[in-house]
Amino acid sequence: MNAPAAIDRPKAAELAQTRLTIPGMRCAGCIAKVERGLMAVEGVDAARVNLSAKQVTVSHAPSIDDLVLVDALDAIGFEAQAIGQAATGPHAADRELTKALAVAGFGMMNVMLLSVSVWAGADGGTREVFHWLSAAIALPVIAYAGRPFFSSALKALRRGRTNMDVPISLGVLLATGLSLYETATGGAHAYFDGATMLLFFLLAGRALDAAMRNRTRSGIAALLSRMGRHATVIAQDGSTRRVAAADLEPGMLTLVAAGDALAADGIVEGGESAIDNAMVTGESAPEGIGPGDRVLAGCVNLQAPIRVRLTAVADDTVIAEIARLMEDAGQSRSQYVRIADRAARLYAPVVHTLAALAFVGWMIAGAGWHQSLVIAIAVLIITCPCAMGLAVPAAQVVASGALLKKGLLVKDGSALERLAEADIALFDKTGTLTLGEPVAQLAHVDAHARPVALALAQASHHPLSRALAKALAAQGVKPAGISSPEEIAGEGVFAMSEGQRVSLTRPLTDGGATAAELHIARQCWTIPFHDALRPDAGQAIARIAQAGLESRIISGDRDAVVAGVAADLGISGHGRVSPQNKLAELERLKSAGYLPLMVGDGLNDGPALAAAHVSIAPGTASDASQQAADAVFIGDKLMPVALAVVAAKRTMRVVRQNFGFAIAYNVFAIPLALTGMVTPLIAAVAMSVSSLVVVGNSLRLAGAAR
Amino acid sequence: MNALVFLIPIALGLGALGLAAFFWSMRNGQYEDMEGAANRILIDDEEGPSDDR
Repeated sequence: MNAPAAIDRPKAAELAQTRLTIPGMRCAGCIAKVERGLMAVEGVDAARVNLSAKQVTVSHAPSIDDLVLVDALDAIGFEAQAIGQAATGPHAADRELTKALAVAGFGMMNVMLLSVSVWAGADGGTREVFHWLSAAIALPVIAYAGRPFFSSALKALRRGRTNMDVPISLGVLLATGLSLYETATGGAHAYFDGATMLLFFLLAGRALDAAMRNRTRSGIAALLSRMGRHATVIAQDGSTRRVAAADLEPGMLTLVAAGDALAADGIVEGGESAIDNAMVTGESAPEGIGPGDRVLAGCVNLQAPIRVRLTAVADDTVIAEIARLMEDAGQSRSQYVRIADRAARLYAPVVHTLAALAFVGWMIAGAGWHQSLVIAIAVLIITCPCAMGLAVPAAQVVASGALLKKGLLVKDGSALERLAEADIALFDKTGTLTLGEPVAQLAHVDAHARPVALALAQASHHPLSRALAKALAAQGVKPAGISSPEEIAGEGVFAMSEGQRVSLTRPLTDGGATAAELHIARQCWTIPFHDALRPDAGQAIARIAQAGLESRIISGDRDAVVAGVAADLGISGHGRVSPQNKLAELERLKSAGYLPLMVGDGLNDGPALAAAHVSIAPGTASDASQQAADAVFIGDKLMPVALAVVAAKRTMRVVRQNFGFAIAYNVFAIPLALTGMVTPLIAAVAMSVSSLVVVGNSLRLAGAAR
Repeated sequence: MNALVFLIPIALGLGALGLAAFFWSMRNGQYEDMEGAANRILIDDEEGPSDDR
């Protein structure tokens, strides 16, 4: 059965809660596997998956460590990482918006019920009762549902500025005030329906906009969590003790076991090994290290224990520097002004001026203050940017829904706006244009050698060995029996099989390509590894070029490899680019007037992703990169990136049409309002029609991602 | 007119009931994981040896 949710239990106080992020969860099968797998762990009380957030919340006995849970998930094939108690803060605002929308919808429908009766001809006592009833419903509804607008308008006014919320708040408040006065004096028209309807449509726009935004997690924290949390420090007398990463000091000598992540930067003093430094450099192949070499926090020691003298700790490490660069770069993007806000800056003063002019004009023309005020308020209501409020979010939600079906998740609306403006695309290589994992080429390896190769590969944790083991296991090869396997750091795995010496080693001649050599007695096979291009990379690049964007490769990998991929795709490429230089290249392009799209996955791309005008990361990227990117694409295909560019351009076309329609509507409606011909009925019809037309036009984007 | 004395409060009451139900379901966290809720229906209820899918 489905694992029960962690609801209140008498012993809940004794249980600890851990949240793990599991990026690989996709389907119902995954939910069942993860929940059952965790429930099978001794001491776990409940496990509940949240598939949208790709997280699982586990309540368990405090004695259980995160690592036990991570291992349990690893055993059933899910890569997981423990995360802190993610704050529900940003979520709460969205929830308030949905509540306000529900209340406004309730108010609108019930007030409309009464208004329709009035329009149908109810008069005298009935009309008065209905107006009072409407007031009784509308006042609390407006007070509750209008808060998002009132508070935002107040904030803008305090800073001496105006935004879209100022005419909205003014229109709603004046309409309510006027309607109350009319109700009290037994007047013919009350605008309660208009006021609540206005709030409903505008809140619908806001809620759509909020639905686009992803739950944000602290990207910086995710980045730093890749650093080792502890280090084993060797004291003067040779004894060792575990020290938390925060308490490390430069000059300490630490022992790093195979499989451990480094907690600080340092210089190797003893031991030879290979490290996985992909996090910082993006280099796909492991790097051999020996005494005197520099190693960085966050890289993983792969083969043999090494002793490292620390040189930089905590905030001075290279990875912390990357985190800082990301933070700084991200701030420049937050200054981007969205198209709706740009429209509002032009729109709000025009509306206020028109309403004021209407009031003054009618006063001069000799109408009483009451009639002049009614007309001025009618102008405010009819011009209230209902259609404008929906013009942008409706189009963006439909387009991002279409993109989601193609495997691309857009984080917020402004991402689509910026994507439509991009004019140059920069791609990282490893994991972005390529699949990011070396694939062994086995066609020429004899059948009798394969079981031996698998047995040897399984004896090592080297990434190439793992890739080889994966490729062989996928072919249904069973491992041969080998005895006394021995792994020599930087050399390979050596063992005996059926009385013969067998080994899996690095190639004797380093031709620049990634390869391994399999030796059985005197026979030898060279097994090359290719990091295969994504199957549709060529088509995707062509499609992007068709949309008017030039593509380039900018990678931290070796020049020769980058040049090969670039030649395959027919674009230009640069290799050996450090994270700082990627950032510098982006700044250079930006100052040259380009609006770059950055597509990358490695942590080394983090600052570049944050600094680019708009950025996309694959779903296999680290948390921090996904966090820094505006959109994430899932799966083996690169095409979603090209489709995103195409869809973004189509979306902006529809947004412009929507604005065009909203303006055209105002051109017709404002003269009616100015001449005093707008009754509540006309206002209601005009508002709904314009909103529905805008939504209908936006729905055409359902097929935008093709 | 007499009928309205009953009908209007009933209409309002039903609307308010719907609103209250929505608020309750929201506070109860029923909209937290829409994707998961859509998928959970596909999970088999049996806990047998063949339930690894």
